[in-house]
Amino acid sequence: MRSIVLSAPGWPGHRAGQHVDVRLTAEDGYQAQRSYSVASPPGEPMLTLTVERLDDGEVSPYLVDELRVGDELELRGPIGGYFVWEAELGGPLMLIAGGSGVVPLRAILRHRAQIGSAVPARLLYSARSPAELIYREELERDGALDAGVAVWFTLTREQPADWSGYGRRVDDELLREVAWPADARPLVYLCGPNGFVEAVADRLVRLGHDAARIRIERFGASG
Amino acid sequence: MAPITRGFRGRRPEADAARVPPGQYVTHDFPVLAAGPTPHTPLADWSFELRGELDAPRSWSWQEFAALPTETITVDIHCVTKWSKLDTVWEGVSLDVLLEGVGTPARYVTAFSDGGYTTNLPLADLRGGRAWIALRYGGEPLEPEHGGPARLLVPHLYFWKSAKWVRGIELALEDRPGFWERYGYHDYGDPWREQRYQGD
Repeated sequence: MRSIVLSAPGWPGHRAGQHVDVRLTAEDGYQAQRSYSVASPPGEPMLTLTVERLDDGEVSPYLVDELRVGDELELRGPIGGYFVWEAELGGPLMLIAGGSGVVPLRAILRHRAQIGSAVPARLLYSARSPAELIYREELERDGALDAGVAVWFTLTREQPADWSGYGRRVDDELLREVAWPADARPLVYLCGPNGFVEAVADRLVRLGHDAARIRIERFGASG
Repeated sequence: MAPITRGFRGRRPEADAARVPPGQYVTHDFPVLAAGPTPHTPLADWSFELRGELDAPRSWSWQEFAALPTETITVDIHCVTKWSKLDTVWEGVSLDVLLEGVGTPARYVTAFSDGGYTTNLPLADLRGGRAWIALRYGGEPLEPEHGGPARLLVPHLYFWKSAKWVRGIELALEDRPGFWERYGYHDYGDPWREQRYQGD
């Protein structure tokens, strides 16, 4: 994973949860484009993209391994009008992240903090190992310092010795402990790899959550 | 000409480049994308409707629909999120069969689905052997994640137009933006003209 901070003069602004299309052009004119969620909330002077390196990817290895300070990238955006949160949408907020799916949810939490929103928010963040947790300290601080935010981690493959979080895949019992009950009618933002999202969405609907209040962004394994 | 990205070499497509629209890359997966959870409508409750601006609304139960003649087709599909998948094999009922004998002044349609998804297209794009209601993919019944039991299949447009969990077609005189179109995606969506977003 690598966070790339970009100055984007003329950037029209964005809403928390949106993404950008990045386009790379080789010397012979060959181009490749991929989408990346914006990790920074609206209103910051620089745009942050947090990119996961996919071994068989075409664009992410370039962004993570090769890109240097001073390089230029072509961006298009912001893209996406549905997987966004702003104050008028209300809550309570249930943010559920699998792996790098935490990126747009982090933007939502930062935006919520920035505007001083009192909408209660809960984040459940599932990753395979501690090394894969992004923004860990920041999210732990959010949970500790903001009375309106609660954060839970679950590590599904490998937990450190002193781990006090969950250590298994998200199941109904975990959701009952952590997620808002269905009758709280939370606005759910669910993001991550397809298998994770499909399984969690299905559980939420069967636990009684309104499918229309579950917004999903799936990160297909596109590189 | 776009600015050259220092140090980027890229990976040239192994497939015939002429089959890959601008800005796309070929995948061998079948990625799943959706705005919300996968619906699971029981077949006993399923129906497909033609409604709106037409002489007489038509409706088929699952049993009636499954008795319609189908075709097996092999097509390339192109998702607006940049992946393309070549030589996908589907079996479905042609929209030409469903629209046969339908009298309508409509020029546009909205395909509507379980879960509330909609997408708009010109009626002409559903005709002439260019659109199907697909029931099978890769020789198997269409899985719920990929839109089963039935999805619209319109491979000449970006794949968000191929509405999953489709329950019918509403015919209209005017073009009304559907779900993604209202969120900024293109009303038509021709991958060869790279019509991804409004204004493209």
